[in-house]
Amino acid sequence: MTADVLTYPPAHAADHGGHHDATATQTFGFWLYIMTDCVLFASIFATFAVLSHNYAGGPTGKELFNLRYVFGETMFLLFSSVTYGFAVLAMNRHARNQVVVWLIVTFFLGLGFIGMELNEFTHMILEGHGPDRSGFLSAFFTLVGTHGTHVSFGLIWMAVMIFQVMNKGLTTSVRSRLMRLSMFWHFLDIVWIGVFTIVYLLGVM
Amino acid sequence: MEHHTHVDTSGASHGTLKSYGTGFILSLILTVIPFGLVMSGTLPRSAIIVGIFLAAVVQILVHMHYFLHLDTSSEQRWNVMAMAYTVLIIATLVGGSIWIMYNTHVRMMDASLMAGTAAPATGTAAAANASMQNMAGMEPR
Repeated sequence: MTADVLTYPPAHAADHGGHHDATATQTFGFWLYIMTDCVLFASIFATFAVLSHNYAGGPTGKELFNLRYVFGETMFLLFSSVTYGFAVLAMNRHARNQVVVWLIVTFFLGLGFIGMELNEFTHMILEGHGPDRSGFLSAFFTLVGTHGTHVSFGLIWMAVMIFQVMNKGLTTSVRSRLMRLSMFWHFLDIVWIGVFTIVYLLGVM
Repeated sequence: MEHHTHVDTSGASHGTLKSYGTGFILSLILTVIPFGLVMSGTLPRSAIIVGIFLAAVVQILVHMHYFLHLDTSSEQRWNVMAMAYTVLIIATLVGGSIWIMYNTHVRMMDASLMAGTAAPATGTAAAANASMQNMAGMEPR
């Protein structure tokens, strides 16, 4: 009874109606996906590290970034991680309405983050500091944009889950999906720690 | 054995209000510290760089512990093994890229420095330095 939660032995499947082992396998499979996503982000971080001083006469991070603004973005994501945690706690209490409320709060916090990021991107591009300006800006838009795209897909997933919890209730499969979205959402907050440290904080120094 | 009957043993279901609260407070502190260090700029540059990277690493560990509920228990063995392998790949990928590209960069700069001093108009160290900066910026000239 050590790691066999992940190898679904047939003898145990009957005990929990088969759901337990299926959920554990799905969770592990999703964890492996997140690990491959880590490798994707690592390669983009490496690209950024290599190109981070190739300004080609264009603006530097010091001229472009506003740390107060980035701190605001960071707070949106951090608060959304905690409110998603509250949704999971409500799920464990089988409090369906509270799950919906916390998911909606998390959704809007995530939307606030994406809104701020799109606003930042729009201003930079309109001022002629788009991804075509320099190697540094290409790497910047690739890294921050890939993270933002992940968050956007997380928001779509969250909207779908809000409707599933409302319509289907907290069934085993809905709960299993909520747990995987939880892993995905917390993972994106962890990647953001790397982004604000390496891109923004190091960028203005 | 009791929590084996719970639906999600290898996921993030072991959280409590307290664990999310602790994780949140620690994350908040570990975000304010690096932003404060850089925005105030009172410490020497190297100390600030060490400080922000240290805060980032600790905050990542805080997130993994309090939000993802990853630990070294037997239920988590495969999760942790997959992560250890991923960390190895990331270290090779990021460390290798930076190492190789830094070396290439240094060699490129040497070439431009020699070209700069050889040219008649750029005899001073400052001009050579400027052409070095240009090369680092990959300016096509």
